[in-house]
Amino acid sequence: MPRSLSRFARDYLLPTGTLVAVLVLWEVAYRVFKIPRFIVPAPSAIIAETWEWRFRLVEHTWVTLYETLAGFGLSIAVGVPLAVLIVYSPVLRNALYPLIVVTQSVPKVAIAPVLLLVLGHGEASKLVVAFLVAFFPIVVDTATGLAATPEELLDLSRSYRTSQLKTFVKVRFPMALPFFFSGLKVAITLALIGAVVGEFVGSDKGLGYIILSATSYWKADLAFGAIFLLSLMAIILFALVALVERIVCPWYAAEQQQ
Amino acid sequence: MIRLEKVDKTYRTRRGDLVHAVADITLDVRENEFVTLVGPSGCGKSTLLKLVAGLVPASQGTIRVRDEVVRGPFPDVGFLFQHPVLLPWRTVFDNVMFSIEMLGLESRSYRARARELLSLTGLAGFDTKYPRELSGGMQQRVAICRALIHDPGLLLMDEPFGALDAMTREEMSLELLRIWEDRRKTIFFVTHSIPEAILLADRVVVMTPRPGRIARVLEIDLPRPRSVELEFDERFKAYSHAIRSDIFAPRTDREYATLA
Repeated sequence: MPRSLSRFARDYLLPTGTLVAVLVLWEVAYRVFKIPRFIVPAPSAIIAETWEWRFRLVEHTWVTLYETLAGFGLSIAVGVPLAVLIVYSPVLRNALYPLIVVTQSVPKVAIAPVLLLVLGHGEASKLVVAFLVAFFPIVVDTATGLAATPEELLDLSRSYRTSQLKTFVKVRFPMALPFFFSGLKVAITLALIGAVVGEFVGSDKGLGYIILSATSYWKADLAFGAIFLLSLMAIILFALVALVERIVCPWYAAEQQQ
Repeated sequence: MIRLEKVDKTYRTRRGDLVHAVADITLDVRENEFVTLVGPSGCGKSTLLKLVAGLVPASQGTIRVRDEVVRGPFPDVGFLFQHPVLLPWRTVFDNVMFSIEMLGLESRSYRARARELLSLTGLAGFDTKYPRELSGGMQQRVAICRALIHDPGLLLMDEPFGALDAMTREEMSLELLRIWEDRRKTIFFVTHSIPEAILLADRVVVMTPRPGRIARVLEIDLPRPRSVELEFDERFKAYSHAIRSDIFAPRTDREYATLA
Protein backbone atom coordinates (compact mmCIF):
# COMPACT_ATOMS: atom_id res chain seq x y z
CA MET A 1 0.00 0.00 0.00
CA PRO A 2 2.59 2.64 0.93
CA ARG A 3 4.31 2.05 -2.39
CA SER A 4 1.18 2.54 -4.47
CA LEU A 5 0.39 5.55 -2.29
CA SER A 6 3.75 7.12 -3.04
CA ARG A 7 3.20 6.38 -6.73
CA PHE A 8 -0.20 8.06 -6.53
CA ALA A 9 1.46 11.07 -4.90
CA ARG A 10 4.12 11.17 -7.62
CA ASP A 11 1.73 10.75 -10.56
CA TYR A 12 -1.25 12.86 -9.46
CA LEU A 13 -0.69 14.89 -6.30
CA LEU A 14 2.60 16.42 -7.38
CA PRO A 15 1.44 17.88 -10.72
CA THR A 16 -1.91 18.96 -9.23
CA GLY A 17 -0.10 20.63 -6.37
CA THR A 18 2.19 22.43 -8.80
CA LEU A 19 -0.80 23.69 -10.76
CA VAL A 20 -2.52 24.98 -7.62
CA ALA A 21 0.72 26.68 -6.52
CA VAL A 22 1.04 28.42 -9.91
CA LEU A 23 -2.56 29.65 -9.71
CA VAL A 24 -2.04 30.96 -6.18
CA LEU A 25 1.18 32.72 -7.20
CA TRP A 26 -0.65 34.22 -10.17
CA GLU A 27 -3.45 35.52 -7.97
CA VAL A 28 -0.95 36.97 -5.47
CA ALA A 29 1.14 38.60 -8.22
CA TYR A 30 -2.02 40.11 -9.71
CA ARG A 31 -2.93 41.71 -6.39
CA VAL A 32 0.57 42.75 -5.33
CA PHE A 33 1.66 44.28 -8.67
CA LYS A 34 -1.83 45.60 -9.49
CA ILE A 35 -1.78 44.24 -13.05
CA PRO A 36 -4.58 45.81 -15.13
CA ARG A 37 -7.50 43.40 -15.51
CA PHE A 38 -7.67 43.78 -19.31
CA ILE A 39 -4.08 42.58 -19.72
CA VAL A 40 -3.87 39.56 -17.42
CA PRO A 41 -6.89 38.88 -15.24
CA ALA A 42 -6.66 37.07 -11.91
CA PRO A 43 -7.68 33.41 -11.77
CA SER A 44 -10.56 34.38 -9.47
CA ALA A 45 -11.85 36.88 -12.05
CA ILE A 46 -11.54 34.29 -14.84
CA ILE A 47 -13.53 31.78 -12.85
CA ALA A 48 -16.19 34.35 -11.98
CA GLU A 49 -16.53 35.54 -15.58
CA THR A 50 -16.62 31.99 -16.96
CA TRP A 51 -19.36 31.11 -14.51
CA GLU A 52 -21.30 34.21 -15.47
CA TRP A 53 -21.13 33.22 -19.16
CA ARG A 54 -21.55 29.48 -18.55
CA PHE A 55 -24.67 28.92 -20.69
CA ARG A 56 -23.35 30.83 -23.70
CA LEU A 57 -19.93 29.18 -23.31
CA VAL A 58 -21.45 25.71 -23.29
CA GLU A 59 -23.23 26.48 -26.58
CA HIS A 60 -20.02 27.68 -28.18
CA THR A 61 -18.09 24.74 -26.78
CA TRP A 62 -20.51 22.38 -28.50
CA VAL A 63 -19.95 24.12 -31.82
CA THR A 64 -16.16 23.80 -31.59
CA LEU A 65 -16.47 20.22 -30.38
CA TYR A 66 -18.71 19.35 -33.30
CA GLU A 67 -16.34 20.92 -35.84
CA THR A 68 -13.37 19.14 -34.28
CA LEU A 69 -15.01 15.71 -34.14
CA ALA A 70 -16.50 15.98 -37.62
CA GLY A 71 -13.14 17.03 -39.07
CA PHE A 72 -11.43 14.24 -37.13
CA GLY A 73 -13.99 11.68 -38.32
CA LEU A 74 -13.59 12.81 -41.90
CA SER A 75 -9.82 12.56 -41.63
CA ILE A 76 -10.13 8.93 -40.46
CA ALA A 77 -12.64 8.14 -43.20
CA VAL A 78 -10.30 9.55 -45.85
CA GLY A 79 -6.92 8.84 -44.23
CA VAL A 80 -7.22 5.10 -43.58
CA PRO A 81 -8.33 4.08 -47.10
CA LEU A 82 -5.63 6.36 -48.51
CA ALA A 83 -3.01 4.65 -46.33
CA VAL A 84 -4.22 1.23 -47.54
CA LEU A 85 -4.00 2.32 -51.18
CA ILE A 86 -0.51 3.71 -50.67
CA VAL A 87 0.75 0.52 -49.05
CA TYR A 88 -0.84 -1.91 -51.49
CA SER A 89 -0.17 -0.13 -54.76
CA PRO A 90 3.32 1.08 -55.65
CA VAL A 91 1.85 3.10 -58.54
CA LEU A 92 -0.57 4.92 -56.25
CA ARG A 93 2.18 5.41 -53.70
CA ASN A 94 4.32 7.18 -56.27
CA ALA A 95 1.33 9.12 -57.55
CA LEU A 96 -0.21 10.18 -54.24
CA TYR A 97 2.52 10.42 -51.65
CA PRO A 98 4.26 13.51 -53.06
CA LEU A 99 0.90 15.26 -53.34
CA ILE A 100 0.00 14.45 -49.74
CA VAL A 101 3.33 15.83 -48.59
CA VAL A 102 2.76 18.96 -50.68
CA THR A 103 -0.66 19.53 -49.10
CA GLN A 104 1.11 19.40 -45.77
CA SER A 105 3.64 22.03 -46.69
CA VAL A 106 0.87 24.54 -47.38
CA PRO A 107 0.22 26.41 -44.11
CA LYS A 108 -3.38 25.70 -43.18
CA VAL A 109 -3.79 29.14 -41.64
CA ALA A 110 -2.99 30.57 -45.07
CA ILE A 111 -5.64 28.59 -46.92
CA ALA A 112 -8.31 28.99 -44.26
CA PRO A 113 -9.55 32.34 -45.69
CA VAL A 114 -9.79 30.79 -49.15
CA LEU A 115 -11.75 27.86 -47.76
CA LEU A 116 -14.10 30.32 -46.10
CA LEU A 117 -14.59 32.00 -49.44
CA VAL A 118 -15.54 28.68 -51.01
CA LEU A 119 -17.49 27.05 -48.18
CA GLY A 120 -18.96 30.07 -46.43
CA HIS A 121 -18.86 31.18 -42.82
CA GLY A 122 -20.69 28.13 -41.50
CA GLU A 123 -19.33 25.06 -39.75
CA ALA A 124 -18.35 23.32 -43.00
CA SER A 125 -15.30 25.51 -43.55
CA LYS A 126 -14.01 24.87 -39.99
CA LEU A 127 -14.60 21.18 -40.36
CA VAL A 128 -12.55 21.14 -43.55
CA VAL A 129 -9.65 23.03 -41.94
CA ALA A 130 -9.74 20.54 -39.06
CA PHE A 131 -9.76 17.69 -41.56
CA LEU A 132 -6.85 19.09 -43.54
CA VAL A 133 -4.54 19.31 -40.54
CA ALA A 134 -5.66 16.01 -38.99
CA PHE A 135 -5.56 13.62 -41.92
CA PHE A 136 -1.82 13.77 -42.56
CA PRO A 137 -0.61 12.03 -39.38
CA ILE A 138 -3.36 9.44 -39.82
CA VAL A 139 -2.28 8.60 -43.37
CA VAL A 140 1.42 8.54 -42.56
CA ASP A 141 1.17 6.54 -39.35
CA THR A 142 -1.36 4.03 -40.67
CA ALA A 143 0.71 3.51 -43.81
CA THR A 144 3.85 3.03 -41.72
CA GLY A 145 2.00 0.52 -39.54
CA LEU A 146 0.66 -1.44 -42.50
CA ALA A 147 4.13 -1.57 -44.02
CA ALA A 148 5.68 -2.69 -40.74
CA THR A 149 4.13 -6.18 -40.81
CA PRO A 150 7.06 -8.62 -40.55
CA GLU A 151 7.98 -10.07 -43.93
CA GLU A 152 7.88 -13.57 -42.41
CA LEU A 153 4.19 -13.31 -41.57
CA LEU A 154 3.43 -12.24 -45.12
CA ASP A 155 5.47 -15.19 -46.42
CA LEU A 156 3.52 -17.46 -44.09
CA SER A 157 0.20 -16.14 -45.39
CA ARG A 158 1.33 -16.50 -48.97
CA SER A 159 2.50 -20.05 -48.42
CA TYR A 160 -0.90 -20.89 -46.87
CA ARG A 161 -2.48 -19.30 -49.95
CA THR A 162 -4.51 -17.00 -47.74
CA SER A 163 -6.41 -14.26 -49.57
CA GLN A 164 -5.09 -10.70 -49.40
CA LEU A 165 -8.28 -9.59 -47.69
CA LYS A 166 -8.00 -12.21 -44.96
CA THR A 167 -4.33 -11.41 -44.44
CA PHE A 168 -5.27 -7.76 -44.14
CA VAL A 169 -8.04 -8.41 -41.61
CA LYS A 170 -6.19 -11.00 -39.53
CA VAL A 171 -2.60 -9.77 -39.69
CA ARG A 172 -1.81 -6.45 -41.29
CA PHE A 173 -4.56 -4.26 -39.88
CA PRO A 174 -4.29 -5.43 -36.25
CA MET A 175 -0.50 -5.15 -36.58
CA ALA A 176 -0.92 -1.52 -37.71
CA LEU A 177 -3.37 -0.56 -34.95
CA PRO A 178 -0.79 0.87 -32.49
CA PHE A 179 0.58 3.05 -35.30
CA PHE A 180 -2.95 4.07 -36.29
CA PHE A 181 -3.67 5.13 -32.73
CA SER A 182 -0.49 7.14 -32.38
CA GLY A 183 -1.62 8.94 -35.54
CA LEU A 184 -5.07 9.48 -34.01
CA LYS A 185 -3.59 11.01 -30.88
CA VAL A 186 -1.72 13.60 -32.91
CA ALA A 187 -4.71 14.10 -35.22
CA ILE A 188 -7.29 14.80 -32.51
CA THR A 189 -5.16 17.61 -31.06
CA LEU A 190 -4.51 19.03 -34.53
CA ALA A 191 -8.20 18.82 -35.45
CA LEU A 192 -9.07 21.04 -32.51
CA ILE A 193 -6.41 23.56 -33.53
CA GLY A 194 -7.75 23.47 -37.09
CA ALA A 195 -11.30 24.15 -35.94
CA VAL A 196 -10.17 27.12 -33.83
CA VAL A 197 -8.07 28.51 -36.68
CA GLY A 198 -11.13 28.27 -38.92
CA GLU A 199 -13.16 30.16 -36.33
CA PHE A 200 -10.51 32.86 -36.05
CA VAL A 201 -10.66 33.53 -39.75
CA GLY A 202 -14.35 34.16 -39.77
CA SER A 203 -17.31 32.91 -37.77
CA ASP A 204 -19.95 33.93 -35.30
CA LYS A 205 -19.86 30.75 -33.26
CA GLY A 206 -17.39 28.58 -31.37
CA LEU A 207 -14.75 29.16 -28.71
CA GLY A 208 -12.35 30.65 -31.26
CA TYR A 209 -14.96 33.27 -32.02
CA ILE A 210 -15.42 33.94 -28.27
CA ILE A 211 -11.67 34.47 -27.80
CA LEU A 212 -11.52 36.85 -30.75
CA SER A 213 -14.56 38.92 -29.82
CA ALA A 214 -13.77 38.95 -26.08
CA THR A 215 -10.28 40.33 -26.70
CA SER A 216 -11.64 42.98 -29.05
CA TYR A 217 -13.86 44.17 -26.18
CA TRP A 218 -10.92 44.02 -23.73
CA LYS A 219 -12.61 41.20 -21.87
CA ALA A 220 -9.44 39.21 -21.19
CA ASP A 221 -11.07 37.22 -18.39
CA LEU A 222 -13.65 35.75 -20.77
CA ALA A 223 -10.95 35.01 -23.35
CA PHE A 224 -8.94 33.16 -20.72
CA GLY A 225 -12.05 31.22 -19.74
CA ALA A 226 -12.53 30.13 -23.35
CA ILE A 227 -8.86 29.16 -23.61
CA PHE A 228 -9.23 27.10 -20.46
CA LEU A 229 -12.27 25.32 -21.95
CA LEU A 230 -10.34 24.63 -25.16
CA SER A 231 -7.45 23.09 -23.22
CA LEU A 232 -9.87 21.02 -21.20
CA MET A 233 -11.50 19.81 -24.41
CA ALA A 234 -8.11 18.91 -25.91
CA ILE A 235 -7.13 16.94 -22.80
CA ILE A 236 -10.44 15.07 -22.64
CA LEU A 237 -10.42 14.23 -26.36
CA PHE A 238 -6.84 13.00 -26.16
CA ALA A 239 -7.64 10.90 -23.10
CA LEU A 240 -10.65 9.41 -24.86
CA VAL A 241 -8.53 8.34 -27.85
CA ALA A 242 -5.97 6.86 -25.45
CA LEU A 243 -8.76 5.02 -23.66
CA VAL A 244 -10.12 3.55 -26.90
CA GLU A 245 -6.58 2.49 -27.76
CA ARG A 246 -6.30 0.61 -24.48
CA ILE A 247 -9.60 -1.14 -25.12
CA VAL A 248 -8.88 -1.99 -28.75
CA CYS A 249 -5.24 -3.04 -28.39
CA PRO A 250 -4.65 -4.01 -24.77
CA TRP A 251 -1.62 -6.07 -25.78
CA TYR A 252 0.16 -2.92 -26.88
CA ALA A 253 -0.45 -1.08 -23.62
CA ALA A 254 0.83 -4.14 -21.75
CA GLU A 255 3.97 -4.25 -23.90
CA GLN A 256 4.61 -0.57 -23.29
CA GLN A 257 4.48 -1.11 -19.54
CA GLN A 258 7.13 -3.83 -19.63
CA MET B 1 10.68 -35.55 -51.38
CA ILE B 2 12.48 -32.45 -52.63
CA ARG B 3 14.41 -32.53 -55.86
CA LEU B 4 16.38 -29.51 -56.99
CA GLU B 5 17.85 -29.61 -60.48
CA LYS B 6 20.38 -27.05 -61.63
CA VAL B 7 18.54 -24.31 -59.77
CA ASP B 8 19.75 -20.79 -60.32
CA LYS B 9 18.37 -17.60 -58.84
CA THR B 10 19.18 -14.04 -59.79
CA TYR B 11 17.08 -11.21 -58.46
CA ARG B 12 17.07 -7.47 -58.61
CA THR B 13 17.26 -5.44 -55.41
CA ARG B 14 15.11 -2.34 -54.90
CA ARG B 15 18.08 -0.23 -55.89
CA GLY B 16 18.20 -2.09 -59.16
CA ASP B 17 21.34 -4.13 -58.56
CA LEU B 18 21.38 -7.69 -59.82
CA VAL B 19 22.18 -10.29 -57.18
CA HIS B 20 23.19 -13.79 -58.17
CA ALA B 21 21.94 -15.55 -55.02
CA VAL B 22 22.37 -19.25 -55.76
CA ALA B 23 23.96 -21.05 -58.65
CA ASP B 24 23.65 -24.55 -60.04
CA ILE B 25 22.01 -26.20 -57.05
CA THR B 26 21.29 -29.88 -57.55
CA LEU B 27 20.10 -31.73 -54.49
CA ASP B 28 17.77 -34.54 -53.47
CA VAL B 29 16.16 -34.58 -50.06
CA ARG B 30 14.60 -37.86 -49.02
CA GLU B 31 11.27 -38.30 -47.29
CA ASN B 32 11.60 -37.72 -43.52
CA GLU B 33 15.21 -36.71 -43.87
CA PHE B 34 16.73 -33.98 -41.72
CA VAL B 35 18.92 -31.86 -43.96
CA THR B 36 20.80 -28.84 -42.69
CA LEU B 37 22.18 -26.13 -44.88
CA VAL B 38 25.26 -24.40 -43.56
CA GLY B 39 27.29 -21.56 -45.00
CA PRO B 40 28.46 -18.02 -44.39
CA SER B 41 26.06 -15.07 -44.41
CA GLY B 42 24.89 -14.12 -47.86
CA CYS B 43 25.33 -17.51 -49.47
CA GLY B 44 21.69 -17.62 -50.51
CA LYS B 45 20.53 -20.10 -47.86
CA SER B 46 17.32 -18.24 -47.15
CA THR B 47 16.70 -17.75 -50.86
CA LEU B 48 16.95 -21.49 -51.31
CA LEU B 49 14.24 -22.04 -48.67
CA LYS B 50 11.96 -19.53 -50.38
CA LEU B 51 12.57 -21.26 -53.71
CA VAL B 52 11.59 -24.63 -52.26
CA ALA B 53 8.47 -23.09 -50.68
CA GLY B 54 7.50 -21.60 -54.04
CA LEU B 55 7.53 -18.09 -52.59
CA VAL B 56 9.96 -16.93 -55.25
CA PRO B 57 10.37 -18.44 -58.72
CA ALA B 58 13.68 -19.94 -59.83
CA SER B 59 15.49 -18.15 -62.64
CA GLN B 60 16.64 -21.46 -64.04
CA GLY B 61 16.27 -25.13 -63.24
CA THR B 62 13.37 -26.99 -61.70
CA ILE B 63 12.26 -27.72 -58.18
CA ARG B 64 10.04 -30.68 -57.45
CA VAL B 65 8.32 -31.49 -54.21
CA ARG B 66 6.78 -34.98 -54.14
CA ASP B 67 7.38 -35.25 -57.90
CA GLU B 68 5.39 -32.13 -58.62
CA VAL B 69 7.08 -29.10 -60.10
CA VAL B 70 6.84 -26.16 -57.72
CA ARG B 71 5.19 -23.25 -59.50
CA GLY B 72 3.95 -21.27 -56.53
CA PRO B 73 3.30 -21.49 -52.80
CA PHE B 74 1.75 -24.72 -51.52
CA PRO B 75 0.32 -25.22 -48.03
CA ASP B 76 1.99 -28.55 -47.20
CA VAL B 77 4.85 -26.67 -45.49
CA GLY B 78 5.51 -25.44 -42.00
CA PHE B 79 7.76 -22.44 -41.50
CA LEU B 80 10.04 -21.51 -38.68
CA PHE B 81 11.93 -18.23 -38.85
CA GLN B 82 14.73 -16.68 -36.85
CA HIS B 83 12.13 -14.68 -34.91
CA PRO B 84 8.96 -16.32 -33.63
CA VAL B 85 6.79 -13.58 -35.25
CA LEU B 86 3.77 -14.44 -33.13
CA LEU B 87 0.71 -12.22 -33.14
CA PRO B 88 0.90 -10.21 -29.90
CA TRP B 89 -2.89 -9.85 -29.58
CA ARG B 90 -3.47 -13.60 -29.64
CA THR B 91 -3.01 -16.05 -26.82
CA VAL B 92 -0.53 -18.90 -27.17
CA PHE B 93 -3.35 -21.24 -28.12
CA ASP B 94 -4.79 -18.88 -30.73
CA ASN B 95 -1.33 -18.32 -32.15
CA VAL B 96 -1.01 -22.05 -32.73
CA MET B 97 -4.46 -22.07 -34.36
CA PHE B 98 -3.40 -19.20 -36.63
CA SER B 99 -2.20 -21.64 -39.30
CA ILE B 100 -5.54 -23.45 -39.26
CA GLU B 101 -7.48 -20.22 -39.66
CA MET B 102 -5.26 -18.90 -42.43
CA LEU B 103 -5.52 -22.23 -44.25
CA GLY B 104 -9.30 -22.00 -43.97
CA LEU B 105 -9.57 -25.34 -42.14
CA GLU B 106 -12.21 -26.28 -39.59
CA SER B 107 -10.81 -25.04 -36.25
CA ARG B 108 -12.82 -27.43 -34.14
CA SER B 109 -11.12 -30.51 -35.48
CA TYR B 110 -7.64 -29.14 -34.64
CA ARG B 111 -8.15 -27.95 -31.07
CA ALA B 112 -7.17 -31.25 -29.47
CA ARG B 113 -4.11 -31.43 -31.68
CA ALA B 114 -3.09 -27.90 -30.68
CA ARG B 115 -3.26 -28.89 -26.98
CA GLU B 116 -1.30 -32.05 -27.70
CA LEU B 117 1.45 -30.09 -29.49
CA LEU B 118 1.60 -27.55 -26.68
CA SER B 119 2.19 -30.28 -24.13
CA LEU B 120 4.67 -32.00 -26.46
CA THR B 121 6.71 -28.78 -26.53
CA GLY B 122 6.42 -28.29 -22.77
CA LEU B 123 3.89 -25.49 -22.99
CA ALA B 124 0.96 -27.21 -21.32
CA GLY B 125 -0.82 -24.71 -19.09
CA PHE B 126 0.39 -21.73 -21.11
CA ASP B 127 -2.58 -21.77 -23.54
CA THR B 128 -4.08 -18.53 -22.31
CA LYS B 129 -0.82 -16.62 -21.89
CA TYR B 130 0.20 -13.93 -24.34
CA PRO B 131 3.51 -14.01 -26.26
CA ARG B 132 4.92 -11.09 -24.24
CA GLU B 133 4.59 -13.20 -21.09
CA LEU B 134 6.91 -15.87 -22.49
CA SER B 135 10.68 -16.03 -22.89
CA GLY B 136 12.26 -16.04 -26.36
CA GLY B 137 12.75 -19.80 -26.27
CA MET B 138 9.14 -20.42 -25.25
CA GLN B 139 7.89 -18.11 -27.98
CA GLN B 140 9.88 -20.11 -30.50
CA ARG B 141 8.24 -23.29 -29.15
CA VAL B 142 4.85 -21.73 -29.86
CA ALA B 143 6.09 -21.01 -33.37
CA ILE B 144 7.07 -24.70 -33.68
CA CYS B 145 3.52 -25.70 -32.71
CA ARG B 146 2.14 -23.23 -35.26
CA ALA B 147 4.36 -24.82 -37.91
CA LEU B 148 3.26 -28.35 -37.02
CA ILE B 149 -0.47 -27.93 -36.35
CA HIS B 150 -1.62 -28.63 -39.92
CA ASP B 151 0.71 -31.64 -40.08
CA PRO B 152 2.76 -30.52 -43.09
CA GLY B 153 5.03 -32.99 -44.86
CA LEU B 154 7.83 -30.45 -45.11
CA LEU B 155 9.33 -28.14 -42.51
CA LEU B 156 11.39 -25.19 -43.66
CA MET B 157 13.48 -23.59 -40.96
CA ASP B 158 15.48 -20.42 -41.43
CA GLU B 159 17.99 -20.12 -38.58
CA PRO B 160 15.19 -20.75 -36.10
CA PHE B 161 17.43 -20.67 -33.04
CA GLY B 162 19.77 -17.95 -34.27
CA ALA B 163 18.28 -15.26 -32.04
CA LEU B 164 18.42 -17.30 -28.86
CA ASP B 165 21.19 -17.38 -26.29
CA ALA B 166 23.66 -20.26 -26.55
CA MET B 167 22.16 -22.36 -23.77
CA THR B 168 18.56 -22.03 -24.89
CA ARG B 169 19.75 -22.71 -28.40
CA GLU B 170 21.26 -26.05 -27.47
CA GLU B 171 18.18 -27.00 -25.49
CA MET B 172 15.91 -26.11 -28.41
CA SER B 173 18.00 -28.13 -30.86
CA LEU B 174 17.62 -31.23 -28.73
CA GLU B 175 13.94 -30.45 -28.26
CA LEU B 176 13.47 -30.23 -32.02
CA LEU B 177 15.23 -33.59 -32.47
CA ARG B 178 12.96 -35.14 -29.86
CA ILE B 179 9.83 -33.82 -31.62
CA TRP B 180 11.16 -34.93 -34.98
CA GLU B 181 11.91 -38.44 -33.72
CA ASP B 182 8.39 -38.56 -32.33
CA ARG B 183 6.75 -37.51 -35.59
CA ARG B 184 9.02 -37.73 -38.59
CA LYS B 185 8.95 -35.03 -41.24
CA THR B 186 11.24 -33.83 -43.96
CA ILE B 187 13.16 -30.92 -42.51
CA PHE B 188 15.19 -28.41 -44.46
CA PHE B 189 17.07 -26.40 -41.87
CA VAL B 190 19.25 -23.36 -42.52
CA THR B 191 21.90 -22.36 -40.01
CA HIS B 192 25.26 -20.68 -39.83
CA SER B 193 26.30 -22.72 -36.82
CA ILE B 194 28.45 -25.66 -37.83
CA PRO B 195 27.96 -27.68 -34.60
CA GLU B 196 24.20 -27.17 -34.83
CA ALA B 197 24.23 -28.32 -38.45
CA ILE B 198 26.06 -31.54 -37.54
CA LEU B 199 24.14 -32.25 -34.35
CA LEU B 200 20.76 -32.16 -36.09
CA ALA B 201 21.34 -33.54 -39.54
CA ASP B 202 21.24 -36.74 -41.47
CA ARG B 203 23.09 -34.79 -44.14
CA VAL B 204 24.77 -31.40 -44.07
CA VAL B 205 24.81 -29.32 -47.24
CA VAL B 206 27.78 -26.96 -47.17
CA MET B 207 27.48 -23.81 -49.24
CA THR B 208 30.01 -21.29 -50.49
CA PRO B 209 29.51 -17.51 -50.56
CA ARG B 210 27.63 -15.62 -53.23
CA PRO B 211 26.57 -16.94 -55.55
CA GLY B 212 25.75 -19.82 -53.23
CA ARG B 213 26.93 -23.13 -54.58
CA ILE B 214 26.98 -26.52 -52.97
CA ALA B 215 30.55 -27.19 -51.87
CA ARG B 216 29.89 -30.59 -50.37
CA VAL B 217 27.11 -32.80 -49.08
CA LEU B 218 28.16 -34.61 -45.95
CA GLU B 219 26.45 -37.74 -44.62
CA ILE B 220 26.46 -37.52 -40.83
CA ASP B 221 26.98 -41.01 -39.55
CA LEU B 222 26.30 -40.48 -35.86
CA PRO B 223 23.91 -42.52 -33.73
CA ARG B 224 20.50 -41.18 -32.75
CA PRO B 225 19.10 -40.06 -30.38
CA ARG B 226 21.85 -37.49 -30.22
CA SER B 227 23.06 -35.37 -27.38
CA VAL B 228 25.43 -32.43 -27.05
CA GLU B 229 28.04 -34.86 -25.68
CA LEU B 230 28.58 -35.86 -29.30
CA GLU B 231 30.52 -32.66 -29.83
CA PHE B 232 33.46 -34.33 -28.11
CA ASP B 233 33.23 -37.34 -30.40
CA GLU B 234 36.15 -37.66 -32.84
CA ARG B 235 33.83 -38.12 -35.81
CA PHE B 236 31.97 -34.95 -34.86
CA LYS B 237 35.25 -33.05 -34.79
CA ALA B 238 36.23 -34.47 -38.15
CA TYR B 239 32.93 -33.39 -39.71
CA SER B 240 33.31 -29.98 -38.20
CA HIS B 241 36.81 -29.66 -39.57
CA ALA B 242 35.74 -30.77 -43.05
CA ILE B 243 32.90 -28.22 -43.15
CA ARG B 244 35.11 -25.44 -41.87
CA SER B 245 37.72 -26.04 -44.52
CA ASP B 246 35.04 -26.15 -47.24
CA ILE B 247 33.64 -22.82 -46.18
CA PHE B 248 36.85 -20.99 -45.50
CA ALA B 249 39.33 -22.48 -47.96
CA PRO B 250 37.96 -20.82 -51.12
CA ARG B 251 37.86 -17.50 -49.34
CA THR B 252 41.48 -17.65 -48.25
CA ASP B 253 42.47 -18.65 -51.79
CA ARG B 254 40.75 -15.56 -53.08
CA GLU B 255 42.31 -13.41 -50.41
CA TYR B 256 45.74 -14.64 -51.42
CA ALA B 257 44.83 -13.89 -55.02
CA THR B 258 43.91 -10.31 -54.23
CA LEU B 259 47.08 -9.89 -52.19
CA ALA B 260 49.29 -11.15 -55.01
